[in-house]
Order: sequence, then C-alpha cells, then structure tokens
Amino acid sequence: MPLILETKSLCKSFDGVIAADNINVAIEQSELIGVIGANGAGKTTFVNMITGYLKPSNGKIIYNGEDITGFPPRVITRKGISRSFQIPQLFEELTVLDNMIVAQTIKNKIFVDPLLPFKNMRKVEIAKDVLKKFNLLRYLDEIVTKLPQGIKKLLDIAMAVVGEPKLLLLDEPTSGVAIEEKFELMDIVMSGIKDTGAAILFIEHDMDIIEKYSEKVLAFYDGRIIAQGYTSDVLNNEQVKKFVIGFEIGKEEIN
Amino acid sequence: MNILVILLDGLVYSSWLFIVSTGLTLIYGVMRILNMAHGSMYAIGAYTAATIVGIYFNHGFVPWGSYFFFISGAMFAGIIAGLLIERGILRIMYGSDEVIMILVTYAILLILEDVIKFIWGVEGYFAYQPYTYLGRSHIFGISFTNYDLYLIIVAAIIGVILWLWLNKTRFGKLLIAVINDQEISVAMGINVTKVYIITFAIGCMLGALAGGLTAPGISIVPGMGIQIIIVAFAVVVIGGLGSIGGALIGSLLVGMARAFAVHLFPQIELFVIYGVMALVLAIRPHGLFVRAKVRKI
Amino acid sequence: MDKKTHMILLCCLLLILIGNFIFPKWLTFLFNISLAKAFIVLGLVILMRVGLVSFGQGLYYCIGGYVAGICQKFFGINDFFMILLIGIFISLIVSFLLGLLLCNYRDIFFAMFTLAFSMILYGIIVKTETLGSTDGFNVKLPTYFTISSSFATGKFLILLITILIAYFVIIYIRKFFNSELGYISLSTKENEIRVEYLGISPKIVIFINYSLAAILATVGGALTAFVSGHVDPDMAYWTTSGEFVFVALLGGTMHVIAPFIASILFEFIHMYAYDISPNTWQIILGSILLLIIIFLPRGLWSIGEIFRKKEVKDASNS
Repeated sequence: MPLILETKSLCKSFDGVIAADNINVAIEQSELIGVIGANGAGKTTFVNMITGYLKPSNGKIIYNGEDITGFPPRVITRKGISRSFQIPQLFEELTVLDNMIVAQTIKNKIFVDPLLPFKNMRKVEIAKDVLKKFNLLRYLDEIVTKLPQGIKKLLDIAMAVVGEPKLLLLDEPTSGVAIEEKFELMDIVMSGIKDTGAAILFIEHDMDIIEKYSEKVLAFYDGRIIAQGYTSDVLNNEQVKKFVIGFEIGKEEIN
Repeated sequence: MNILVILLDGLVYSSWLFIVSTGLTLIYGVMRILNMAHGSMYAIGAYTAATIVGIYFNHGFVPWGSYFFFISGAMFAGIIAGLLIERGILRIMYGSDEVIMILVTYAILLILEDVIKFIWGVEGYFAYQPYTYLGRSHIFGISFTNYDLYLIIVAAIIGVILWLWLNKTRFGKLLIAVINDQEISVAMGINVTKVYIITFAIGCMLGALAGGLTAPGISIVPGMGIQIIIVAFAVVVIGGLGSIGGALIGSLLVGMARAFAVHLFPQIELFVIYGVMALVLAIRPHGLFVRAKVRKI
Repeated sequence: MDKKTHMILLCCLLLILIGNFIFPKWLTFLFNISLAKAFIVLGLVILMRVGLVSFGQGLYYCIGGYVAGICQKFFGINDFFMILLIGIFISLIVSFLLGLLLCNYRDIFFAMFTLAFSMILYGIIVKTETLGSTDGFNVKLPTYFTISSSFATGKFLILLITILIAYFVIIYIRKFFNSELGYISLSTKENEIRVEYLGISPKIVIFINYSLAAILATVGGALTAFVSGHVDPDMAYWTTSGEFVFVALLGGTMHVIAPFIASILFEFIHMYAYDISPNTWQIILGSILLLIIIFLPRGLWSIGEIFRKKEVKDASNS
C-alpha cells in the first residue's frame, strides 16, 4: 500500500528542551492509527509539526511523496491533511451552520469573494449533510459558545472533514467528554469519516478506545517513539506497558 | 556641535523620560492595564506642585525648603487620584480585554483633563522659583540649569529605589510573581486585589512625581496630560511593556535620539520618538525586553 | 438589506439633500460633515469586525484631506474625481507598506503602532512650513469634470456627492459584511488559528480589511476637507483618531448604517456641549464613553436589538 505520510528523523527542541527526538513513522493510505503516550511525551508536538504549526528543528516530513517540511498549516491543509484540536478551535460567536459554511467556503477557493453572499442553498445543503453524519443537525442554528464540550469536539472534527482530507489527525477527540459518552462519540466520528477513505491518526489516552478503533498504534515516551506496529503487539510491548499504559492504568485507578 | 553637549542633553531628557514612564510600565506589568490616565497623573502632579510652590513662595519661606513640599505634595496628589480611580472605576472593569481597558483609561484621561481645568482654570501656571534657585553651570561650553542636571541624579535614585523595592522587599517579590504569571500567583494565594490597589497607587504616584519634578521648568497648561501620555507610551513600548529595565533603556534610546535630532536635524524632532518606536517594534515586535509567547494548541 | 430599511435610508438621505435648501446652513453643514466623517468610522467598524482597534485612522483621514489641499494649492488640480483618485492611490501605497508590517500585530500593539504612524505624519506636517505647519491651510470647493460652480451650488454639489458616495458605500459594504470575505473576516476575529488551518492566511484577511478601512478614511478626509474648507495637522493627532473610535463604539458594529447615525449624533452632542461650555466637552465625551463600555458594549444599536427581540417574542406569543 502506498505511503500517505512519512517522517524521517523528525526532531523538535525548544531552547534546549527536546520535545521530539528522531521520529520516524510511515503511514499508509486509509490506515487507522492510534497514538498513545503520557502528557508531554511529544504526541501533540508531532501533530503540530506535521500540520505545519511548528517548524521541525531537524528532519523531513513527506506527504504523498512530496516534502512538506516547513510549509504553513494553510498550505498543508489544502494538500489534504486536516486536524482536530484538543481544545476545540471554533468560531464561538457564530452558529454551527456558519462554522461549517466557513470551512466549506475556504475549502472551495483561496480567493474568497468580497461581494458574493456567504450563504447559498448549495452550501447549506452540503453543510447539513456533513452535520447529519455527525449527529449535529439539531444544533444547526445554535451559537457555538453555548454548546456542551462533546458537541464542540464533534463540530471541530466535522469542520476538519469538510476539507476532504486524505490524512486526518484527531488530537484527543474524546478528552473532556464524560466516560460514558466516549464510545458513542467515537462511533459517531468513525461513521462520519468512514466513507472518505482517509487515513486517520488519533491521539487517545483511553486504552479501550485504542483497542477498539485502531489497526496500528504509535507509542510515544519522552519525545521518542518507543513502539509502533499492530495494536495488540504494541499494547503488549514491555516498554509500552511500563512507560505508557502503566501511567494510564494508574490514572484509571485514581478514577 | 559638541557631541558631549548632545550626550548630556540626551541624558537630561532621558532621565525625565524614565521618571515619566516607570509608573506606566509598572502598572502594565502587574495589572496588564495600559493606563492612559497616567498623563492626567503627570498633569495633576505638575499643577499640585505649582500651586504649592505658589503658596510657599508667597509666604516668603526659605527657597531650599520648597523642594520637600512641592515634591511630596505632588506624590500625595498622585496617590489620592490613583486610589480614587482604581476603587471608583477600574475595579468594575477588571478581567476585561486589554484594549477595552485602554478605552476605559482613555475615558478617564478625557474626564480628568476637564476636571483639571475645573480645579485650576485654563490659564497657565508657573513655578519657576525652585528651578532657577539652584543656578546654572557651564559644561562643555554650554550653560545648563543645575535643576535639570540634578534630575539625572533623581532619576537614578528612583531607579535604585524601585529596583530595591521590587527585588529585596517581600511585597516587591510578590509583584514580580504577579508580573510573571498572574494565574499561578492567584492560585498561590497572593491577594491580587491588594496588589492591584497598591501598584496602581504607586504607579500614579510616580506619574504625579514626574509632573511635580518637571513643573518648575515648564509652563503648566491644560492639555499636558494628552501630550505626555503618548511620549510615555512610546518609551514603555520600546523597552517592553511591564519591564522597568526596559523603561530605562527605552528612555536612554529615545532621549539620545531626540537630543541628536534637536541638535543636528531639528526637522525630525517631533516624530523621532515614534520613528524609534516603529523601528524597534519592527525588529522586536514586543519591545526590547519582552519575549513573545507562542500560543499552545 | 431588507426593503424597509432600504426605503428609510433613501428617505433620510433625500431629506438631507433637500434640506440643503430648507434647513439652516449650520444644520446642512452638520449633516455633511457627519456623513463625511462617518466613512472613517465605518473603516474602524470594519477593523473591529476583524478583531482590531486602530488608534491611527487619522493617518489616512489626514492624507485624504491634505492630498485634496495639496492638489489644489500646488498642482492646480481641482477636479474632485482626480483628487479622490490620487488620494486613494497614495493611501493604497501607504496602507500596503504599513499593512504588511501591522498585520503581524494585534491588540494593544496594533493600537499603539497605528497611533505611532499617525503621530509620525503629524510630526512631519507640523515641521513643514510650506504646508502651513500647525495652522494648515484652506481648501476650495472642487470642480466636477471641469464644471465649476458658484459657491452656493458648490455647497450643494459637495453635499450631493457625499450622499451619493455614502449611499453606494452603505450598499456595498453591507454586501461585503454578508459576503464570503465578510464572514471570514468575522471568523478571523473569532479564531485565527482555525482560519489558518482551514486554508487561508489570517494576516492577509487583516491586510485586506486594513486597506479597505484606509481607503474609506481617505475618502472621508477628502470630503471633510472640501466641506469644512480647511485642513490642519490635527487631523493626524491621536485624539482625533480617539474621537473616531468613540463614534465607532457609540454606533456599534452590528449594522453598516450605525456609523452614520452615530456620527450625526456625535456632531450634535459636540455642538450642544460646546455651546454649554467648551471646557466640559471632554468630561461629556469621557463619561459617555465609560457608560457605553460598561452598559452598552455593543453600541447604541444594541438597544434596537432589545426591541427587535421583544417584537419577535410578542409575535410568537400572539
């Protein structure tokens, strides 16, 4: 299967603090990959580098055969990589519908029109279709700032999906959501994305979700990848058990 | 032109700028408020000083005694004004956007401009006696007023006192904590309200002190506040908002630039300060001594 | 905009136009000046919609006025359209250069930086003797495609052209607010990071809005110069920009007509306040500003919102 994303010796340091060290991954088209690791292990830094928010200190990022290292997020998005955020990045004072139409409008053209009306029938229909897939249709005219966290996270992902990405990065899609609702949310997310054929990378702390939804897993620790491969292999890896799951289980015990 | 003259002239102006701008940068550093009413504090200090000087010399007291009265009088006026503003209006708006706070203090500046006219009238005031009393000196072939030269020493003293206060006293260290990270300071139990009140009062006191010290050498007229605030801004922005060391460097930069302009290129005198500010911001977007923070997502 | 509002707008503008022959001269002057200054305020509203407050629109206001004056005085150019074109051209160059720099700043820094540039222009003009220094100089009424006119007709013509420009500006800026770029500007204010991640540079969005505001301020400056017959460097002094910010807050950012109504209101308040006492004008200005910030942060227009919501509620109840 052809590679959609490759990173070679990717590194990032901030004033001497090494946030990511020698990251090498190879992701194939349409793969479903879980990313695990304790807080501060480098997962979000990794996503930030791939999507162009941070410039790597060293190394290369190759997407679909093209070197995209150092490109800004807006360029990378247009090439087909989209992401969702740990803390939903939405247009809080606009409605859910408007948020989706903004995403569509920008996707359609880079030179947005200063006179052409923002909303039209077609855009609204397309927006409604996507919102339906994510069970968000009833929130259509709600102002985002009033929505509960779980709904905001779904909207955040729905907006990323509008761009018809070939690689979708989800940063902790279920964080901030009540434990009882996590699986339901992931079911909605997966069904919303499943027809797109996109490769999906999602950062997650809940091992049950990782086990259920991912084909492969990347395990981070201290800025490095300590294991990558099929889910069951990685989750049974000694190092992973010690440095990642150990922490996760610890957290669950406290809960 | 003798370069030493320019340097000394620059130093005089820099000292004045430093005294004017420390209060402003202190208030911003601790409270994240760019206090436009600082200009009014300067004016209030100047008018108070002038009034005191007038009364003092009308009674025919010894000239050397006047300094204590008009300087402390100006400082006292600043503290009172500061407390009134902070408790009266500012505390209602705490937590608002920084730009909103500028608009609030701008409104206060406007109001105080007319209040000053109401109290002191529209005619100019003069308080020259303390200024001329100290005589003149001939340095590098030019005549300097000793009062202006002593201002350099006063600025240095104020700088040292501030440094000692911030770095060596308990309250000063609390201030530095709040300047560095307000959220954690609150979490650690620092009484931020008390800190705000004291900081604002002292910041205003410093502004009024600047006005009081300057009063003897100028004609005190309405509109002083409006003219001075933008000069103070420029200095504070150049040095980095919230940094007193920055205010020092900013004052030196602007003071020297202006001295060179006045002596060598008089045409650019008026806007050299903004030119310097534009230049500094273009290279160091947050001023010389403040680091930009990358937003975490 | 809906037919009702459009009709009201046309009626008001027509009334002001006809008023040239009916109203007392000071009233027509007031309307004309308010409409002219409203352009700068509209530019501020455009900037506020993209999340920025400028304390330096006076820069372009001043450029507009002085270009008008300089064209007349030094180059013998009297044609209104020629002058406007030259003014806009110069402002575009300035706003292009400054915009490149300014689009990297936000909040306080943007506000102070714009203030600085405006003060730089102030300083330059004050030190330039040929431009009259602090006194400024007079500006005559312009000609229109070589048609010159008597003083009275000239006064009418400048009012007419102000109203015409105002009308088309209102129509098109309203379209702009509801356009793709208009909504993306709002989005940029809400969340620049998301806009970037969706595929557009928020800095370029800001740059475009900044240039648009600059052009509007230039037009306003030129019109003001013609109506008042005078330009002086105070146009670039920071308190002038501060007054424009005040009017923008007074009207709010909710509707394209708000700046125009607020501007007229402002000129009335100014006139009556000065009549009572010139030394209490700033207290009034400052107090109203505080009241707006504390109680009506969305401007006077939000009062209308409260009534409209009530109408909708009543309608749904009956």
